[in-house]
Amino acid sequence: MITVRVQTQDFDTGFEINLLRNARKDTGAVVSFIGQVRDLNEGDTVSQLTLEHYPGMTEKALAAIVSQAQSRWDIFDVIVIHRVGTLQPTEQIVLVAVSSAHRGEAFKACEFIMDYLKTEAPFWKKEVTNQGERWVEAKLTDDDARERWLKS
Amino acid sequence: MKIKILYFARLKETLKFSTEDLELPDDDFAHALTILKLKAYLAKRNDTWQQMLMGKLKVRGAINHELVEDSAPIADGDEVAFFPPVTGG
Repeated sequence: MITVRVQTQDFDTGFEINLLRNARKDTGAVVSFIGQVRDLNEGDTVSQLTLEHYPGMTEKALAAIVSQAQSRWDIFDVIVIHRVGTLQPTEQIVLVAVSSAHRGEAFKACEFIMDYLKTEAPFWKKEVTNQGERWVEAKLTDDDARERWLKS
Repeated sequence: MKIKILYFARLKETLKFSTEDLELPDDDFAHALTILKLKAYLAKRNDTWQQMLMGKLKVRGAINHELVEDSAPIADGDEVAFFPPVTGG
Protein backbone atom coordinates (compact mmCIF):
# COMPACT_ATOMS: atom_id res chain seq x y z
CA MET A 1 0.00 0.00 0.00
CA ILE A 2 1.37 3.36 -1.06
CA THR A 3 -0.46 6.48 0.05
CA VAL A 4 0.63 9.96 -1.05
CA ARG A 5 -1.51 12.92 -0.02
CA VAL A 6 -1.10 16.69 -0.32
CA GLN A 7 -3.71 18.50 1.76
CA THR A 8 -4.44 21.66 3.73
CA GLN A 9 -6.06 19.90 6.68
CA ASP A 10 -4.17 18.38 9.60
CA PHE A 11 -3.65 14.62 9.91
CA ASP A 12 -3.88 12.12 12.77
CA THR A 13 -0.49 10.42 13.02
CA GLY A 14 -1.75 7.71 15.40
CA PHE A 15 -4.50 6.77 12.97
CA GLU A 16 -2.10 6.61 10.00
CA ILE A 17 0.43 4.49 11.93
CA ASN A 18 -2.32 2.07 12.94
CA LEU A 19 -3.26 1.70 9.26
CA LEU A 20 0.30 0.56 8.56
CA ARG A 21 0.38 -1.71 11.66
CA ASN A 22 -2.81 -3.46 10.62
CA ALA A 23 -2.22 -3.61 6.85
CA ARG A 24 -0.31 -6.91 6.98
CA LYS A 25 0.41 -9.46 9.66
CA ASP A 26 4.05 -9.96 8.65
CA THR A 27 4.80 -6.31 9.54
CA GLY A 28 7.30 -6.20 12.39
CA ALA A 29 8.34 -2.55 12.30
CA VAL A 30 6.79 0.84 11.60
CA VAL A 31 9.08 3.89 11.45
CA SER A 32 7.61 7.36 11.17
CA PHE A 33 8.88 10.93 10.85
CA ILE A 34 6.88 14.08 11.55
CA GLY A 35 8.10 17.50 10.49
CA GLN A 36 6.54 20.48 12.24
CA VAL A 37 6.67 24.28 12.06
CA ARG A 38 9.36 25.83 14.28
CA ASP A 39 8.98 29.29 15.80
CA LEU A 40 12.63 30.10 15.01
CA ASN A 41 14.51 30.23 11.69
CA GLU A 42 17.87 31.86 10.87
CA GLY A 43 17.75 33.53 14.29
CA ASP A 44 14.37 35.22 13.77
CA THR A 45 11.05 34.49 15.44
CA VAL A 46 8.60 32.85 13.03
CA SER A 47 4.89 33.44 13.59
CA GLN A 48 3.50 31.80 10.44
CA LEU A 49 4.49 29.62 7.50
CA THR A 50 2.76 29.34 4.12
CA LEU A 51 3.45 26.36 1.88
CA GLU A 52 2.91 26.47 -1.87
CA HIS A 53 3.23 23.51 -4.25
CA TYR A 54 2.91 22.47 -7.90
CA PRO A 55 -0.33 20.48 -8.12
CA GLY A 56 0.10 17.57 -10.48
CA MET A 57 3.87 17.41 -10.20
CA THR A 58 4.01 17.12 -6.40
CA GLU A 59 2.09 13.86 -6.21
CA LYS A 60 4.15 12.35 -9.05
CA ALA A 61 7.44 13.45 -7.48
CA LEU A 62 6.50 11.95 -4.10
CA ALA A 63 5.32 8.68 -5.68
CA ALA A 64 8.60 8.46 -7.64
CA ILE A 65 10.63 8.96 -4.44
CA VAL A 66 8.64 6.23 -2.65
CA SER A 67 9.12 3.90 -5.59
CA GLN A 68 12.91 4.48 -5.47
CA ALA A 69 12.88 3.60 -1.76
CA GLN A 70 10.92 0.43 -2.54
CA SER A 71 13.48 -0.65 -5.10
CA ARG A 72 16.34 -0.11 -2.63
CA TRP A 73 14.90 -1.70 0.50
CA ASP A 74 12.53 -4.52 1.35
CA ILE A 75 9.71 -2.40 2.74
CA PHE A 76 5.96 -3.06 2.84
CA ASP A 77 3.69 -0.03 3.10
CA VAL A 78 4.38 3.71 2.91
CA ILE A 79 2.32 6.76 3.82
CA VAL A 80 3.45 10.27 2.87
CA ILE A 81 1.25 13.20 3.82
CA HIS A 82 2.37 16.78 3.19
CA ARG A 83 0.36 19.83 4.12
CA VAL A 84 0.08 23.07 2.14
CA GLY A 85 -1.44 26.44 3.01
CA THR A 86 -0.86 28.55 6.10
CA LEU A 87 0.47 26.93 9.29
CA GLN A 88 1.41 28.13 12.78
CA PRO A 89 4.37 27.04 14.97
CA THR A 90 4.01 23.46 16.35
CA GLU A 91 1.60 22.48 13.56
CA GLN A 92 2.46 19.30 11.65
CA ILE A 93 3.81 19.78 8.11
CA VAL A 94 4.76 16.32 6.92
CA LEU A 95 4.39 12.66 7.86
CA VAL A 96 6.44 9.84 6.38
CA ALA A 97 5.64 6.37 7.76
CA VAL A 98 7.16 3.11 6.51
CA SER A 99 6.52 -0.48 7.51
CA SER A 100 8.71 -3.55 7.03
CA ALA A 101 9.46 -6.92 8.61
CA HIS A 102 12.45 -5.57 10.56
CA ARG A 103 13.42 -2.09 11.72
CA GLY A 104 16.61 -1.56 9.68
CA GLU A 105 14.91 -1.34 6.29
CA ALA A 106 12.11 0.92 7.55
CA PHE A 107 14.52 3.31 9.31
CA LYS A 108 16.66 3.72 6.18
CA ALA A 109 13.71 4.05 3.79
CA CYS A 110 12.00 6.66 5.98
CA GLU A 111 15.15 8.81 6.11
CA PHE A 112 15.76 8.37 2.37
CA ILE A 113 12.20 9.48 1.52
CA MET A 114 12.53 12.59 3.72
CA ASP A 115 15.95 13.51 2.27
CA TYR A 116 14.64 13.24 -1.29
CA LEU A 117 11.36 15.00 -0.47
CA LYS A 118 13.38 17.94 0.89
CA THR A 119 15.34 18.34 -2.36
CA GLU A 120 13.03 17.11 -5.15
CA ALA A 121 9.36 17.56 -4.24
CA PRO A 122 8.01 20.92 -5.50
CA PHE A 123 7.06 22.68 -2.24
CA TRP A 124 8.09 26.21 -1.26
CA LYS A 125 7.86 27.86 2.15
CA LYS A 126 7.27 31.51 2.87
CA GLU A 127 7.55 32.63 6.48
CA VAL A 128 6.35 35.60 8.47
CA THR A 129 9.02 36.66 10.99
CA ASN A 130 9.63 39.61 13.29
CA GLN A 131 11.80 40.93 10.38
CA GLY A 132 8.90 40.69 7.89
CA GLU A 133 7.81 38.21 5.26
CA ARG A 134 10.38 36.17 3.31
CA TRP A 135 10.86 33.04 1.18
CA VAL A 136 12.73 30.29 2.97
CA GLU A 137 16.09 29.59 1.26
CA ALA A 138 17.06 26.04 0.28
CA LYS A 139 19.80 24.62 2.51
CA LEU A 140 23.03 23.08 1.23
CA THR A 141 22.88 20.63 4.15
CA ASP A 142 19.71 19.20 2.59
CA ASP A 143 21.58 18.62 -0.70
CA ASP A 144 24.38 16.93 1.26
CA ALA A 145 21.86 14.72 3.06
CA ARG A 146 20.55 13.51 -0.30
CA GLU A 147 24.05 13.07 -1.79
CA ARG A 148 24.90 10.54 0.94
CA TRP A 149 22.42 8.07 -0.55
CA LEU A 150 24.19 8.16 -3.92
CA LYS A 151 27.37 6.91 -2.27
CA SER A 152 25.86 4.22 -0.06
CA MET B 1 4.81 25.66 -31.53
CA LYS B 2 2.72 26.16 -28.43
CA ILE B 3 3.80 25.55 -24.86
CA LYS B 4 2.37 26.28 -21.44
CA ILE B 5 4.62 27.86 -18.81
CA LEU B 6 4.02 27.91 -15.05
CA TYR B 7 5.89 29.96 -12.46
CA PHE B 8 6.08 29.26 -8.73
CA ALA B 9 7.06 30.84 -5.43
CA ARG B 10 9.41 33.85 -5.68
CA LEU B 11 9.25 33.80 -9.49
CA LYS B 12 5.47 33.90 -9.58
CA GLU B 13 5.40 36.70 -7.01
CA THR B 14 8.05 38.89 -8.65
CA LEU B 15 7.09 38.32 -12.29
CA LYS B 16 3.39 38.63 -11.41
CA PHE B 17 2.73 35.64 -13.65
CA SER B 18 1.52 32.24 -12.53
CA THR B 19 0.89 30.76 -15.96
CA GLU B 20 1.00 31.69 -19.63
CA ASP B 21 0.52 30.08 -23.03
CA LEU B 22 3.44 30.88 -25.31
CA GLU B 23 3.31 30.55 -29.05
CA LEU B 24 6.59 30.53 -30.95
CA PRO B 25 7.12 30.66 -34.72
CA ASP B 26 7.83 27.18 -36.05
CA ASP B 27 11.48 27.91 -36.90
CA ASP B 28 14.97 26.59 -36.07
CA PHE B 29 14.92 28.31 -32.68
CA ALA B 30 11.69 26.56 -31.66
CA HIS B 31 12.94 23.21 -32.95
CA ALA B 32 16.09 23.40 -30.81
CA LEU B 33 14.38 24.85 -27.74
CA THR B 34 15.76 23.84 -24.33
CA ILE B 35 15.08 24.99 -20.78
CA LEU B 36 18.14 27.27 -20.90
CA LYS B 37 17.17 28.77 -24.30
CA LEU B 38 13.63 29.42 -23.10
CA LYS B 39 14.95 31.14 -19.95
CA ALA B 40 17.18 33.38 -22.09
CA TYR B 41 14.27 34.14 -24.44
CA LEU B 42 11.93 35.12 -21.59
CA ALA B 43 14.70 37.10 -19.86
CA LYS B 44 14.67 39.56 -22.80
CA ARG B 45 11.22 40.84 -21.74
CA ASN B 46 12.66 43.34 -19.25
CA ASP B 47 15.12 43.78 -16.36
CA THR B 48 12.92 42.00 -13.83
CA TRP B 49 12.63 38.92 -16.05
CA GLN B 50 16.38 39.07 -16.75
CA GLN B 51 17.14 39.26 -13.02
CA MET B 52 14.77 36.44 -12.05
CA LEU B 53 15.58 33.97 -14.82
CA MET B 54 19.22 34.67 -15.69
CA GLY B 55 20.44 36.36 -12.50
CA LYS B 56 21.83 35.09 -9.21
CA LEU B 57 18.75 33.10 -8.23
CA LYS B 58 19.01 29.42 -9.00
CA VAL B 59 16.02 28.52 -11.19
CA ARG B 60 15.01 24.89 -11.65
CA GLY B 61 13.03 23.73 -14.66
CA ALA B 62 10.46 20.98 -15.06
CA ILE B 63 8.94 19.57 -18.24
CA ASN B 64 5.61 17.75 -18.02
CA HIS B 65 5.97 17.40 -14.21
CA GLU B 66 9.54 16.03 -14.31
CA LEU B 67 12.50 17.92 -12.86
CA VAL B 68 15.02 18.38 -15.70
CA GLU B 69 18.44 19.88 -16.42
CA ASP B 70 18.91 23.18 -18.32
CA SER B 71 19.86 21.26 -21.48
CA ALA B 72 16.55 19.34 -21.63
CA PRO B 73 14.70 19.75 -24.96
CA ILE B 74 11.20 21.27 -25.05
CA ALA B 75 8.61 19.99 -27.56
CA ASP B 76 5.32 21.32 -28.89
CA GLY B 77 2.51 20.99 -26.32
CA ASP B 78 4.84 20.64 -23.32
CA GLU B 79 4.04 22.05 -19.90
CA VAL B 80 7.17 23.82 -18.66
CA ALA B 81 7.59 25.10 -15.10
CA PHE B 82 10.17 27.42 -13.55
CA PHE B 83 10.78 27.64 -9.80
CA PRO B 84 13.46 28.25 -7.15
CA PRO B 85 15.11 25.33 -5.31
CA VAL B 86 12.43 23.49 -3.32
CA THR B 87 11.99 23.96 0.43
CA GLY B 88 9.33 21.51 1.60
CA GLY B 89 9.37 19.04 4.47
